[in-house]
Amino acid sequence: MTATTVTAPITASGRVRPLAGLRQTFTMAWRSLVAVKHNPLELVDYSITPIMFVFLFTYVLGGQMAGSPEAYLKYALPGIIVQNTLFMTMYTAMALNTDLTKGVFDRLRSLPIARSAPLIGRITADLAKHVWAMLLMIGLGLLLGFRVTGGFDGFLLGIVLVVVFAAAVSWSAVLIGMLAGDAEKVQAFAFTLIFPITFTSSAFVVVDTMPGWLQAVSDVNPVTHLSDAFRGLLLGGAVAEPVLWSLVWAAGIALVFYPLAMRAYRAKT
Amino acid sequence: MTYAIEAEGLVKRFKETEALAGVDLGARKGSVLGLLGPNGAGKTTAVRIFATLLRPDGGRAHVAGHDVVRDAGVVRALVGLTGQYAAVDENLTGTENLLLIGRLLGLPRREAKARAGELLERFQLTDAAGRAAKTFSGGMRRRLDLAASLVGRPSILFLDEPTTGLDPHSRGELWNLLRGLVADGATALLTTQYLNEADVLADDIVVIDKGRVIAEGTPDQLKSQVGGQVLQLRPVLARDLARAHLLVAQAAGPQTQIEGETVTAPVKDPQLMPTVVRTLDREGIAVGELALRRSSLDEVFLALTGHRAEPGEPGEPESDGGAAVRDSDGSDAEMEKAVSRS
Repeated sequence: MTATTVTAPITASGRVRPLAGLRQTFTMAWRSLVAVKHNPLELVDYSITPIMFVFLFTYVLGGQMAGSPEAYLKYALPGIIVQNTLFMTMYTAMALNTDLTKGVFDRLRSLPIARSAPLIGRITADLAKHVWAMLLMIGLGLLLGFRVTGGFDGFLLGIVLVVVFAAAVSWSAVLIGMLAGDAEKVQAFAFTLIFPITFTSSAFVVVDTMPGWLQAVSDVNPVTHLSDAFRGLLLGGAVAEPVLWSLVWAAGIALVFYPLAMRAYRAKT
Repeated sequence: MTYAIEAEGLVKRFKETEALAGVDLGARKGSVLGLLGPNGAGKTTAVRIFATLLRPDGGRAHVAGHDVVRDAGVVRALVGLTGQYAAVDENLTGTENLLLIGRLLGLPRREAKARAGELLERFQLTDAAGRAAKTFSGGMRRRLDLAASLVGRPSILFLDEPTTGLDPHSRGELWNLLRGLVADGATALLTTQYLNEADVLADDIVVIDKGRVIAEGTPDQLKSQVGGQVLQLRPVLARDLARAHLLVAQAAGPQTQIEGETVTAPVKDPQLMPTVVRTLDREGIAVGELALRRSSLDEVFLALTGHRAEPGEPGEPESDGGAAVRDSDGSDAEMEKAVSRS
């Protein structure tokens, strides 16, 4: 028994070495990603739903909205991607909530690993899933007639911007995941929050036709800024202002929710 | 004496309720300490404090000499925890679940794989190694959970109601595994609601209720304290009942009584059963039914907390007409001899 004791990745005083902490974070990220293999539902969440969104918006609404599906796709695809990204952040909340209620966090916390590894690992893995879904949607968009006219730089910056925004929103997801009683409540809460936010923005429509008061709402809506910025980066055009506002919103969301989320995480795990 | 697991005056409050109200306990190195108590007694709270998941509000807890608050990191490197819920990732396979823990503990990939395979074999999960844990039965999940707590070869184990909710077969399987672990030299703190589980697995037992220790000792001491087993005997002929009662009472003591057509007696001496059989045989009393029944935890518990008096306790009025059987048929002296000879 004595000879085979595992040398735990901690110092004599019980602290986790930073490099070990980083490796543990990657291990936790691996865990979140490899789970997809055995859970076809996740494939639906991260692949089928985004594809469905693109098809539905393009072919059901396209003709009415912009004269032709292709014309509408050009406007709406960035918005559809932004909406899907926001929905997907709630999968982070649901997964964390499941780990919490199923006792997985107890097991993890009883191990000599960095406290933040399960959390950061989950967020990292989920951001990778965000990128996957975005590439999938853009790829499908290309097949349906969407063209990235903003150049490779714009494409890359666009993806990065949305991922940064998603990372910020993830902290609100952490908070919800920690506070919710069960995963279904997370979903219900997320839908009632995200639907109005995305639909009162410029994600799917040019806001000019909205009543004045709604335009005012839309003008401050972070989804408007992010959609405009992403659209501008993919298609080319002036993007400085929406990009700046998107980053300001991302920073604001992170500043508010990061401390709250961490406090809830420390209290619950 | 060196304790591998030790608590002194452990206190934990949750808002209004006092989950632990000054608990002292100690598990000797290499032994199994059974922490017995009903739901809400504070068992899980104690385990969570030892496993560094909760901070105590008062008192101290040590694992292998390390304070669980001050040296939490060191303690985590020494202990394995199996919680009340099988804390496995349902979307990972058996192998992946164990691989995850191994990798988190810093094992190189190959070693983590080897360790996972070794544990799966030991816990008879090899066939299910490549299946997602959500397809596992309850017993398999518990075994996987237990395996996960052993990846780092902990010398100290905390097992929080490891068999709750399992069918008798799975429970028996898990008992065998736990016995094997302890035979390897691990120290374990096992919480359970089942007296017989503590009996089978624990060297020492601490009984807690409402956050307080109400009894402690070896299983035998505890059982003799509360009358862990009950002997039940039914003569074939109803007219033998009174005589059978007397004979049993001489061997088992004054708590022997008649319940309907059955004589019952608390068993404190393992020799009671053979003694009774021999005596009745000699006296020519035909026995229709003879059984040893374990006290349920309820009975033990009520006995310990004094909420209900023990059956046949002196001065306690009994419903089954205990007084009637005190009438002797004159064979007292003879009986005495018979018992003393055997």
